[in-house]
Amino acid sequence: MTQDNRLPAGGLIDRSRTLSFEFDGKTYTGHPGDTLASALMANGVTLLGRSFKYHRPRGLLAAGSEEPNALIQLERGAHTEPNTRATAIELYDGLNACSQNRWPSLKYDIGVVNSWLSRFFPAGFYYKTFMWPERLWMTYEHVIRRAAGLGVSPRLPDPDRYEHRHDQPELLVVGAGPAGLAAALSGARAGKRVVLVDENPQLGGSLLGSRDTIDGQSALDWVAGVRAELAEHPCVRVLTRTTLTGYFDYNYLIATEHVTAHLGPQASDDLPRQRLWKFRAKSVVLATGAIERPLVFADNDRPGILLASAVRTYQHRFGVLPGRRLVVFTNNDSAYSTAIDAASAGVAVTLVDCRDTAGDAAERGADAAGVTRMMGSAITGVSYRNGLQSVDVMALSADGTRVDGPVQKVPCDSACSSGGWNPAVHLHSQAKGKLRWLEDTHTYAPAACASTMPHSSVGACDGEFSLDQALNAGWAAGGATGPAPSAERVASIGALRPLWVVPCDHPVGEGPKKHFHEFQNDATAADLWLAQREGFESIEHTKRYTTTGMATDQGKTSNVNAIGILASSRGITVPEVGVTTFRPPYTPLTFGAIVGQNRRHLFHMVRKTPIHDWQADHGAVFEDVGDWKRARYYPKPGEDMDAAVRRECQAVREGVGLFDASTLGKIDLQGEDVAWLLDMLYTNAWGGLAVGKCRYGLMLNEHGMVFDDGVTTRVAENHYHMTTTTGGAARVLGWIEEWLQTEWPDKRVHATSVTEQWAVMALNGPRARAVLEALTEDDVSNDALPFMGFKEIQLAGVPARVFRISFTGEQAFEVNVPARYGRFVWEQMVAAGAAHDMVIYGTETMHVLRAEKGFIIVGQDSDGTMTPSDLDMDWIVSKKKADFLGKRSLTRSDTSRDGRKQLVGLLSEDPSLVLPEGAHVVSELRAAPPMPMIGHVTSSYFSPNVDGGRSIALAVIQGGFKRKGDWVDLPLIDGRRVRAKVVDPVFVDAAGERVKS
Amino acid sequence: MFLISCPWCGERDQTEFHCHGEAHIARPENSLEMDDAAWGDYVFFRKNVKGVHLERWTHDHGCGRWFNAARNTATDEFLAFYKPGEAPPADLERVS
Ligand SMILES: [Zn+2]
Repeated sequence: MTQDNRLPAGGLIDRSRTLSFEFDGKTYTGHPGDTLASALMANGVTLLGRSFKYHRPRGLLAAGSEEPNALIQLERGAHTEPNTRATAIELYDGLNACSQNRWPSLKYDIGVVNSWLSRFFPAGFYYKTFMWPERLWMTYEHVIRRAAGLGVSPRLPDPDRYEHRHDQPELLVVGAGPAGLAAALSGARAGKRVVLVDENPQLGGSLLGSRDTIDGQSALDWVAGVRAELAEHPCVRVLTRTTLTGYFDYNYLIATEHVTAHLGPQASDDLPRQRLWKFRAKSVVLATGAIERPLVFADNDRPGILLASAVRTYQHRFGVLPGRRLVVFTNNDSAYSTAIDAASAGVAVTLVDCRDTAGDAAERGADAAGVTRMMGSAITGVSYRNGLQSVDVMALSADGTRVDGPVQKVPCDSACSSGGWNPAVHLHSQAKGKLRWLEDTHTYAPAACASTMPHSSVGACDGEFSLDQALNAGWAAGGATGPAPSAERVASIGALRPLWVVPCDHPVGEGPKKHFHEFQNDATAADLWLAQREGFESIEHTKRYTTTGMATDQGKTSNVNAIGILASSRGITVPEVGVTTFRPPYTPLTFGAIVGQNRRHLFHMVRKTPIHDWQADHGAVFEDVGDWKRARYYPKPGEDMDAAVRRECQAVREGVGLFDASTLGKIDLQGEDVAWLLDMLYTNAWGGLAVGKCRYGLMLNEHGMVFDDGVTTRVAENHYHMTTTTGGAARVLGWIEEWLQTEWPDKRVHATSVTEQWAVMALNGPRARAVLEALTEDDVSNDALPFMGFKEIQLAGVPARVFRISFTGEQAFEVNVPARYGRFVWEQMVAAGAAHDMVIYGTETMHVLRAEKGFIIVGQDSDGTMTPSDLDMDWIVSKKKADFLGKRSLTRSDTSRDGRKQLVGLLSEDPSLVLPEGAHVVSELRAAPPMPMIGHVTSSYFSPNVDGGRSIALAVIQGGFKRKGDWVDLPLIDGRRVRAKVVDPVFVDAAGERVKS
Repeated sequence: MFLISCPWCGERDQTEFHCHGEAHIARPENSLEMDDAAWGDYVFFRKNVKGVHLERWTHDHGCGRWFNAARNTATDEFLAFYKPGEAPPADLERVS
C-alpha cells in the first residue's frame, strides 16, 4: 500500500529511508521520524480501535500523549505491551502492532451489538445491572472483562532490562516547548544544575508544528540553537523521550525515559529498555503546554474527526494530512491556522465557526488561503460509512441551544474541531496546587501551589497562550539576567465562544446521535445529565458514576468539557461545579520501569548462615524464616519429611544431634548500666546474675504482652550477650535503642547487633558432652560447666563461647564461634559426632522437641495478646521488682480477668491424628458454623518420643488451666469432628532432670 | 515522598526513616500508683490532630537515632526537627 495521505514535502521525517511495519496483519511503510499514528494516517488507515462500552469504530483524535482512542497492543510474545498509544510509538523497522478491544476482528466486531443496544447502556449501567444476585457477580465480571477489556498482558517474563536513577537538580524543567526551553536556557546561563525533560523525541514542543519566528529566526532554527547551547553546559542534562509521570511531596518527581524502547524488541542488551528517574528538585518549572479540547457535537467520535491542533501537528511534524477534503469546526481562532495551513497544502477546507465573526487576522488569512467559511454555524451530524462521507451544518441560534434553517451537507473525508484549550495542569494538580478559572479563555489554569511542592507554571500550562509571553515567563523562571527571547505572534485563541454541547436536529441524548465528551470510557453529555438527574450532583460522584476521566488517559481531553456541560445544564458557573483531582501517573508507565533492577535475587535479600553451603551439599531442605534460609530437615534417600523428622527427633533424645542455630538474634550489651537495663527489659530479676551464668527472660511491651524471649548471659562484669528469637532480633535491638535514646539517655549501655558475627551450633542429647569433649582439652564437665553456665574454651583450635542452654530439654551445649570459623568447626563436630551416631537435624525437629517440653515459640504460640500469665509463666514475673516494661499492664482489669485464653497441651483422642494448626476449639458442637469458639491450636506435631509415638499439640483456650483433664471438641475444616484432652503442656521429662545431666 | 532533616545527618529521603507517632509522652514513674484509666491513657491513647503534630521519627537506614519533628498533618509540611530532650520550638502554633 502506498502512503496516499503523505504530502509531497514537509515534516521532520527522513524521507530518504523507508520503514516497513505491520498493523493487524497488514504490511505498511513509513519513514524515520514517524509515529505509528502518523504512519497509519499516511497510509489512509483511519479505523484503529473499538470503543470501550459501545464498541463504536474509533480513530485518532490527537497527535500526542493525550490520545484516548488509538490504544495499541505493541509487539508479541514476551515483548508485548498493551494499551500503548499509537501517537507515542515511534516507528521502527519491523514494528508489529494490533488494535485492541475487538473480536473477532476490527472491522467485524461482535461487540458492536452493544452499540445497537446502547439505550440499555446508560451511565451507571454496570452498577445498576450487575449488583444482584451477588452470587452471579463472578459470572458477570468474567463476561464484562472479556467484552470491555483493553489490551492483553504479556504471559511471559519480561526479557528486557530496566533501571532506576536518582538526580537532584537545582532546576527541573518539565516540557521543552518555547517556555520550557527558555527556562532551561535561562537556568543554564545562571549556572544552575538543570534537568530538562520532554516526552517527545525532539525538543521544541508546539514549535514543531508551527511557523513562528523567535529572535528573528525560524522557530526550528531557534530550537536548534538552544539545543546546541544546552549541550555545551556541563551541568545541564537534557532528557528526551522522557515523560514526567508523578509529582510527589517535597519536589520528588518521577519520570520514565525510553532509552531503547523506541527501537523495538531487537534493541541493545547494553542499555535498559526504560529508565525510571527519581528527581529531588530544588525548584521545578512546569512548561507542559496545553491540550486542545474537542467540541461535543453529534457523532463527534467518528474515525477521521481529530483535534484541530493535531491536524496541524501531523502536517508540520510528519508531512501528512488525514484527507483531501477537510472540515474544521471551531469556537475560537486557534483552529484557523489549521485551516489555513491545510489549504496551503492543497486541501479543500471548509471552516465551520460557531461565532458570527472571528479575529481580523484569522478571517483575512482564511479568506486569502481559499478556505470556505460558514460563520454562526454548527455541525449537527456526521455521515460515516467506512470513512467520513459528509457533515451536516446548520445555523446556530444566538443562545447556542438550538440549530435552525436548512441542513447543508458538506462532503468531506476528514474533519477536526477545537473547543478551546486546557492548560496541562496535571502535574500542578498532583502537587496539590489549586486551580483558577480564566473567564476570557474559559479554562482552568494553576493558582497557588502547596508549600511542600513549590514550583511555577509557565507558558500555555499557565493559561498564557501567547508565544512571546511564554518565552518571557520561562526565561524569568530560569533565573538568568539579560533579555528574554522574543517572538511576534498574534493572539492565538481570540474571542472564544463557549459551547459545551453543540445542539443537533433532535434533543441531545434523545435520538440516534451521540455527543461524546469522554472517548476512552465512552461517556456522553446525556450520561452526565442522567447522573445529575439521579442525584450524583457532586463532580466527584458524577465522575465515578459516568467514569468520566477515569480511563488511562486521565480525562486529558474530557474533564473540562464534562465540567462545562454540567455547569451549563445546571445554570451555574464552571467554578461552582468544582474540579476533580488529577492523580499520578500522567501517562501510564510500565511495571518494568517501576520495578527497575529490583528483580529476583535483587528484589528480596536472602540471609544465609556460615553453614548454609554445607547444609545444601548434604541434602538439607530449606525453609524461609524471615529473610533467612534455614535447614528444615535432612531427608535420607526414600524419606519424606515426616520420616526424616521422626528419625531426627528420636536420635536427639536417645543419642545426640547437631543443629545450626546461627540465625538466633544476638545483641552484645556493654556498660555499667546493663544489669539495670535488663531488669527493665525482662520480667524477672537480673541483679544477682553472676559472671559466667545464663538466664532466660521474657520481654513485654507496655501493653503487658509478650513480644520476645531469649537467654542473656553475663560474659564479664559489664558485658552481656543477649539472644532473641530469629525473627525478633531487629525489633529487640530497636526496642532497646528506643528506650535508651528517648527515655533513659543517662544510662550507660552500648547495644550492638552481633547476629552475623557468631556461628551457633547446638549439640543436644544425652551424648552431647561426649562429642564436645572429643574436640577440646578444656573441662566441660557438669561441674565445670553446669546447666545455665557459660564458658570460653578452645574448640578444635578455635576460640569458642559455650552456653549450657537447651531448647530441647536435653543436655545441651550452644557453641558460638566467630562466623568465619563456623563451617570448619561444624565439620569438626560432624566428624567427632560420627562415633556417637550423631544426627544432623533441622528446624522441624527443633520445633517438635521444644513442643514436647512445652517451650513456646513467641509469635507461634503467642500472638501479641498473651501475657506471661496466659502462657502459664507467672514463675518468671518478678513480684519484687518495682518496675519493668509492661508491669503495670499485667494488673489492668482486662489482663487480670478470668476467662482469658491460656496455654495448655492437647492430646487428640486418635493418637495418630495430628491436629491442624489453627484448628478451632469450640465449647459446643453444632450442625453448622458458627459455633462458640473458645480457643485454637497453636502448635501441633507427631512426636515419636511421647507414648512410643503419638500426636501432641499446644493450644490457647479460654480458662484453659482449669480445663486440664477435660475433653474438648474441634470441628476441622475438612468436616471431621474430633475430640482432644486438655493436658499439661510438658509431654517429656516433666521433672526436668535430663537438661541438668 | 517526604524530605526529612535528621538532626545528625541532614536531609534524606523518607525511605530512610520511620515514624513512631506522638512525641513527648514521658513514661510514668509512678505506674503502680496509677489507676487503670490513667495508665490506659499512657499506653493506648494518642492525639489525632489536624494541624501541627509533634511526632517521633527514627533514622533507621542512617545513623539509627531517634528525633522529633513538628509536622502539619493537613499539609505534610515539616516545621521543625529537633533532638530528644529538646523542647519543641515555641512559635509552632503561630505557623500552623
Ligand atoms: Zn541520621
